[in-house]
Amino acid sequence: MSQKLLLNAKEINIILHRLACQLVEKHLDFSNTVLVGMQPRGKYLADRIKKILEEEYQIQNLALGFLDITFFRDDFRRGEKPLEASETQIDFLVEDKKVVFIDDVLYTGRSINAALTAIQSFGRPSEVELLTLIDRRFSRHLPIQPDYRGRQVDAINNEKVLVKWQDNDGEDAVYLVTK
Amino acid sequence: MKELSVNHLIGIKHITKQDIDLIFETADHFKEVINRPIKKVPSLRDITIANIFFENSTRTKLSFELAQKRLSADVISFSAAQSSVKKGETLVDTVNNILSMKVDMVVMRHSSPGAAHFLSENVKASIVNAGDGAHEHPTQALLDSFTIREKLGDVGGKKIVIVGDILHSRVALSNIFALQMQGAEVKVCGPKTLIPKYIESLGVSVEPNLRKALEWCDVANMLRVQNERLDVNYFPSTREYTQQYGVTKELLDSLNKEIVIMHPGPINRGVEISSDVADSQQSVILEQVENGVAVRMAVIYLLASKIKN
Repeated sequence: MSQKLLLNAKEINIILHRLACQLVEKHLDFSNTVLVGMQPRGKYLADRIKKILEEEYQIQNLALGFLDITFFRDDFRRGEKPLEASETQIDFLVEDKKVVFIDDVLYTGRSINAALTAIQSFGRPSEVELLTLIDRRFSRHLPIQPDYRGRQVDAINNEKVLVKWQDNDGEDAVYLVTK
Repeated sequence: MKELSVNHLIGIKHITKQDIDLIFETADHFKEVINRPIKKVPSLRDITIANIFFENSTRTKLSFELAQKRLSADVISFSAAQSSVKKGETLVDTVNNILSMKVDMVVMRHSSPGAAHFLSENVKASIVNAGDGAHEHPTQALLDSFTIREKLGDVGGKKIVIVGDILHSRVALSNIFALQMQGAEVKVCGPKTLIPKYIESLGVSVEPNLRKALEWCDVANMLRVQNERLDVNYFPSTREYTQQYGVTKELLDSLNKEIVIMHPGPINRGVEISSDVADSQQSVILEQVENGVAVRMAVIYLLASKIKN
């Protein structure tokens, strides 16, 4: 197994600021927008984006939730390994709100497909957008594209994109891992 | 991720502490799901479940049905009173006929101890025991422990007294196994005629005096007097039973601590529990019912995940 560094801490920081900036451009004061981080790994990215929005753009009362899509996945009983659920924490309704899904890597699009169904349990959003740090293009199984993308990566199927976060893994970095 | 060590839920005796922990972690997620505006997930959309009740039930049957529907399973239910069992069909034949309609899981209540175990060895489906005679009622014990864990933080180290008709109670036996497995201490309290002779061999002590039992415990699980199973007189009268083993507000207020009152239902108000106790802050009877759906969703989900295509 070998790994190659795709993004270092400095590059990630620049990208996070750009993504936050693009969000502000579209959503202004976020009065009708909610952020939803995808469990388990999109949580860290969502936390970081929220921090930048609050500290550098003085956005107040920003609603952030975390959505677990385990029970909405289309591969229940199909994989080798059992599915492991994480906690869903959404203490607001998304009825008529603009929802921004936040995930670290967009790969096949199946998770986002499940999330589009799952979020309806909390109301009918007026629109849904997708923000991802890494967009693995050419590997999509479904017609799903990000609205805000950090970096596009061309990876083949036996390669994995590994995103590490300071809060959880002790460093900010993105690696391309070959099995 | 972990998975259950069993393919059927026949009794608490057949599962491990790790299984119980996994069921509770999963039930935590489902408890969040059933409190959403839309309380449903699509996980089990390709699973069909038959609920076969050879004995009367309201709560358990509704709770199982709701759990299955919240998971998007297809559900068929029948009660023996309306079935061909009355015409002389055997249990295995009845169930195999249902299974030939492509059913993946069977939830069964039966008056004979061991019926669920027998079925699990004779038919090709995942079996969940919803009560077999005076043997086990595993999902009730799981939801009781889940409620204690929610109320007191942990089951381990807690003192639980089970009061009432222990002799005929499957809830008591499953609870004893589940509580001890999680490190709780269990006593039973009731008329001597309704306490099984072998009970101490399970590591359970007997406290004949209700007041002393309540003073000792953190949680009291009050069982119903199962009149339908009492073939002879086990105590002189209901009135006398209530005087000795009925929990009243006065009795609870006279204790030097606040204990949690549980009851698996259906309650006989004014017999084993007075109305003001059943409706008090100390009672978690309705929480038990809510948790029952989440725990049953977890059990069904985890068993279904082991059914391979």
